[in-house]
Amino acid sequence: MLEVRNLHVHYGGIHALHGISLRVPDGQIVALLGANGAGKSTTLRTIMGLVKPSAGEITLNGQSLLGLRPYEVVRRGIAMVPEGRKVFVNLTVAENLRLGAYARNDPQQIEHDLHDIYALFPRLAERQTQRAGTLSGGEQQMLALGRALMSRPHVLMIDEPSLGLAPVLAEGVFRKLQELNDAGQTILLIEQNARAGLSIADYAYILETGDVVLEGPAQELAQMDAVRQSYLGVR
Amino acid sequence: MTVSLFFQHLANGISLGALYALIAIGYTMVYGILRLINFAHGDIVMVAAYVAFYGAAMYALPWWLAFPLAILLTAGLGMIIERAAYRPLRGVPRIQLFTSAVAVSFLLENLGIVVFSGRPKAFPRPAFLDKPLHVGDVIIISYTPVAVAVALILFGGLLYIVHRTKVGMAMRALSKDIETTGLMGVDTDRVIMIAFAIGSALAAAGGILLAIKFPQINPLMGVVPGLKAFIAAVLGGIGNITGAMIGGFLLGIAEIMIVAFFPQLAGYRDAFAYTILIALLLFRPTGLMGEVEPEKA
Repeated sequence: MLEVRNLHVHYGGIHALHGISLRVPDGQIVALLGANGAGKSTTLRTIMGLVKPSAGEITLNGQSLLGLRPYEVVRRGIAMVPEGRKVFVNLTVAENLRLGAYARNDPQQIEHDLHDIYALFPRLAERQTQRAGTLSGGEQQMLALGRALMSRPHVLMIDEPSLGLAPVLAEGVFRKLQELNDAGQTILLIEQNARAGLSIADYAYILETGDVVLEGPAQELAQMDAVRQSYLGVR
Repeated sequence: MTVSLFFQHLANGISLGALYALIAIGYTMVYGILRLINFAHGDIVMVAAYVAFYGAAMYALPWWLAFPLAILLTAGLGMIIERAAYRPLRGVPRIQLFTSAVAVSFLLENLGIVVFSGRPKAFPRPAFLDKPLHVGDVIIISYTPVAVAVALILFGGLLYIVHRTKVGMAMRALSKDIETTGLMGVDTDRVIMIAFAIGSALAAAGGILLAIKFPQINPLMGVVPGLKAFIAAVLGGIGNITGAMIGGFLLGIAEIMIVAFFPQLAGYRDAFAYTILIALLLFRPTGLMGEVEPEKA
């Protein structure tokens, strides 16, 4: 289980996270919802070690992740699909995937996982020798997802997978996440699109300007009037 | 000009170009990853020549031990410079990184004057590099093919590392996006350090070839070849390794040919390289093989 307790982050003079706490139990999809600037990405970046918190605790299965550098966090079992996908456009599809397995030392198992990824995303298999820069946005999102899975993460974190994708493609991404979760993958998902996030999540947290203002099982949140009016656009 | 004389000059140009190309790769690798012009790179060339000199002349080591040892030690120096002068400045505005590079350059040059003394020293040329070789009518000394062979072997090794190994793949990823490369579980600082080691090792090989070609070494000997290798890197398209190799050979050949065809311009030999740089910046700033890409912070 990934656990964040009372996390504070300051960017220069800005107090970006005001002591948020959240838990990602094994086998669940947990969604972190909220508007732009609410602190969702900052939370993920702090977990990865890209941002230093000013106070608080982050643990994975009881072991602290504080003070680790991003590559060390990956080696502990957390992978992040960054916002905007950030595939390596100058590398081939296959190289992008292999890079995701950089920290691993089990070549045979890596080949095996590579086949699994290609089975999960047949489009990537067709394009393995192409440069990632030639892929469409949806394909790049699949590649970014596959690349993160190649590290065999205990917890997979995804920042705004639907960003910049046509609704039908975004839906495809959410379906894949659901499939992965059905196979046992623990996922921490960030979404601006609360409806999509709540539809696949087990549990959700709603952030507003650096505070968790609401949390609960996703289905319950989806029924609450406050959530429906502010985040689902229902009046 | 007779045909044989032309080939004589061509051989000369190629061996000079091999040297520029070896040094140019270090500029292009560091620029590709950190967007930094490593101003100290030319001085690394000088240090390598001195280390080889001390090994071969003072400690009387055979050249086949002294030269590889100098290359190894210089690679270590490149790693130390990266660790001490560049890594602490990750994430600060790039102008500070540039200033640090200039400082390292001055430090090496002045340390060189203090430690090695400013007086030029005679570099011990291995005798087997002075044999005349007859190729048809053309007479070249054995240094020329050896220099070219050394350069080609090192280029082959470099291309293998960059395109066929895991660490090379990480280097190519780093050149696009350092932060995301870290998210792949890559210890980015370590890979950057390896890139500095490789660039410095190649520059060291270039420095030793330079010291053999012009066997008088002094603490400022790296400045002008360093600048020219930098121009070669820009000519090939800075950030592009193959480009740096091609740029190095082109610049070496062009420089020799201009003197050969226009002996009255011999005094402007160095100015020629700078003219190429200015023309490039005006008409083709991305060089021969460079790509246009947005500036990265």
